[in-house]
Amino acid sequence: MNHQTSTTDNWEAIRAACLDVLPAHIIAFIEQNQDMEHSEGQLIAVLHMVQAHFGFLGQDTMHAVAQLAQIPLAKVTGVATFYHYFRLQPRGKHMINVCLGTACYVKGAEKVAQRLMDELGIHFGETTRDGLFSLDSTRCLGTCGLAPVVMVDNQVFGPLTPTDVSVLLAKYVKKEKVAAE
Amino acid sequence: MMTKQTINLTIDGTPLQVPAGTTVMKAAERLGIHLPRLCYHPNLSLEGACRVCVVQVKGFNHFMTACSQEVWEGMAVQTNSPEIRQARRDIVELLLDNHPQDCQTCDRDGNCELQRLAYQLGVRERLFEGKKKEFPTDESSKSVIRNPSKCILCGRCVRVCAEVQGVGNLSQHGRGFNTVVGPANLCNMDESVCIQCGQCVAVCPTAAFLEQDHTERVWKALAAEKKHVVVQVAPAIRATLGEMFGLPVGTPVTGKLVTALRRLGFDEVFDTNFGADLTIMEEATEFLSRVSKGENLPLLTSCSPGWVSFLEKFYPEMIRFTSTCKSPMQMTSALIKSYYAEKKGLDPKDICVVAIMPCVAKKFEAGRPEHTMANGDPYTDAVLTTRELGWMIKSYGIDFNVLPEGEFDRPMGISSGAADIFGATGGVMEAALRTAAVKLTGEELGPLEFAEVRGVTGIKEATIKINGMEINIAVSNGLNNAKKLLESIKSGEKNYHLVEIMACPGGCIMGGGQPYPPVYQDPMDPEISRARAKALYGIDAQKQLRRSHENPAIAHLYAEFLGEPNGEKAHQLLHTTYQARSPRGIR
Repeated sequence: MNHQTSTTDNWEAIRAACLDVLPAHIIAFIEQNQDMEHSEGQLIAVLHMVQAHFGFLGQDTMHAVAQLAQIPLAKVTGVATFYHYFRLQPRGKHMINVCLGTACYVKGAEKVAQRLMDELGIHFGETTRDGLFSLDSTRCLGTCGLAPVVMVDNQVFGPLTPTDVSVLLAKYVKKEKVAAE
Repeated sequence: MMTKQTINLTIDGTPLQVPAGTTVMKAAERLGIHLPRLCYHPNLSLEGACRVCVVQVKGFNHFMTACSQEVWEGMAVQTNSPEIRQARRDIVELLLDNHPQDCQTCDRDGNCELQRLAYQLGVRERLFEGKKKEFPTDESSKSVIRNPSKCILCGRCVRVCAEVQGVGNLSQHGRGFNTVVGPANLCNMDESVCIQCGQCVAVCPTAAFLEQDHTERVWKALAAEKKHVVVQVAPAIRATLGEMFGLPVGTPVTGKLVTALRRLGFDEVFDTNFGADLTIMEEATEFLSRVSKGENLPLLTSCSPGWVSFLEKFYPEMIRFTSTCKSPMQMTSALIKSYYAEKKGLDPKDICVVAIMPCVAKKFEAGRPEHTMANGDPYTDAVLTTRELGWMIKSYGIDFNVLPEGEFDRPMGISSGAADIFGATGGVMEAALRTAAVKLTGEELGPLEFAEVRGVTGIKEATIKINGMEINIAVSNGLNNAKKLLESIKSGEKNYHLVEIMACPGGCIMGGGQPYPPVYQDPMDPEISRARAKALYGIDAQKQLRRSHENPAIAHLYAEFLGEPNGEKAHQLLHTTYQARSPRGIR
């Protein structure tokens, strides 16, 4: 009588699936590190490459990094959630940065930020469902004379009231609609 | 440059000499001063995060953490001063400020390290008031409850999971006030790479990790008139339950344990030892058959459900080497609901099997579909940890220490000393060797005690000569050690015949469900491990029956019910299968 299941080594299948997820240069970088002592020390470098390539760190890419670099996934997601720099969601088409520097802050940046969150239905570090906007906060942009300011992509807007924010967002949405038609 | 081997320093004015490299905390322990600690654990890497061990050093304005600061020549340490006491109190008050104020309704009430520390440091009023963290409790796992609202971020669980168990399931996520400990992506524990060993529960100073509570279903079964409630007790319990009632670590309490279970109202009190003897019969037969064919060696043991989960998630290619034997608990349960039910004329549906286990993973094992009867019921209905049983005895109001000695019921209460030692690392190996030696030599009296496999070392190996044959064996405890062992087998560096693997460091006596350590001792303390193991070896030495195959009840069971070891009926009831499971663990 034999109760054993035949082949149970599923590593090749797992590895193949992971190789499918990442681009060749990242795989090459991971593999080249494997022989080094403390290769896990390259985790942040690998995550930088993944974010540069995909724009964010997705669950599938982090899983692939964990398996190919043989670093526990909890460690990978722990590092990814610790650093502000790493994004866990795809970046929206337009990047909105609210300045929370001292000048903007005393001029009411918090209210501006709150209006943005309410209108977009997202928090800092998140992206709207339609993929149009990502929201984040930033330190001083050096345009304190215009405080409070918001930066959309590479353009600075200010001074803004919460009402101005709604108007500004509507403009971008309208522009997208026209482009779509 | 020559480094000085011995350092002279003073602690609270008392001069002492310690080896270079000693930390202030260790040096203070030599004077009998146990500095407060939360994140520190002697078996884990240094974290230095909690700061409650701060001390004053002459010539320095800032406090130093005793756990991480090494001594130097001429150092003058002050461990207690109004300033230090105030600093420690402030730290604990700030922890408490961000902690639920529900000690009276908390599972750790009375044995929580944070609560104890607050009392010790004299926190008598709450000066700080502020925002409290609130995270959902994760009860998805069949074994471990994760309650991050109670977490103080000491990181012991993260380190034990990675450094001792080699699992790496836990990590701190996020930063600052929002930091939370959990599995990857903060997914549910039952979707994580967790192997349910429960060492996170054992090392947690608070109630951030707890076992799934089965006491309520046991109280209900005991109260139900139609239910025939049968209990079985794992080998390791008799060496540890006494600690719950203030007895010194390593006090064997077999007789009182049996009486306590009868007082609680169990209809039949059986011994998992019986299943352990049976495991040896099945496993030894399996082993000898593989040796004679020279295939699928080494045989890996399968008693530890934490190890079995680890096997399926981390080393699925080693499944073919693993014994198909169910664990002693599952063998005993299967026989209670078949052999015993038949004998008693009971419908298995009316039987409730409760297992008292040192283990948190056993709760998961009991729920595995492989251990379900044809009618869909599990063979084991509830699993209580040593802690849960201790609480039930206290809750009932039973004065454990004055109980008379009781005896297990027959036939599944008869066992050999070989079964008792299952609870310590190396015990299964020794028990298997006792029987295998007799089977191989055909002589009635083979070697009885195998000192090579005893002790708390992480990996033990030996070559045993029996009848001119050399048997290479290895024993590991703590899954990080299992990793090393498995890698050496895979690479061909080592050629073993028989390998015992236990998930927890020290074996079942140090399982995730065992009593929390006494004040001034740490969880996983090797001294506790030694004392508990000594109790089991003591019980073994005093028994008439020392070898599993000498157990007359086992012989009777085969003759009357099972047929041959590894025979068809035995396979159906006593063996199981394993499969690769995801998520795949990182080795």
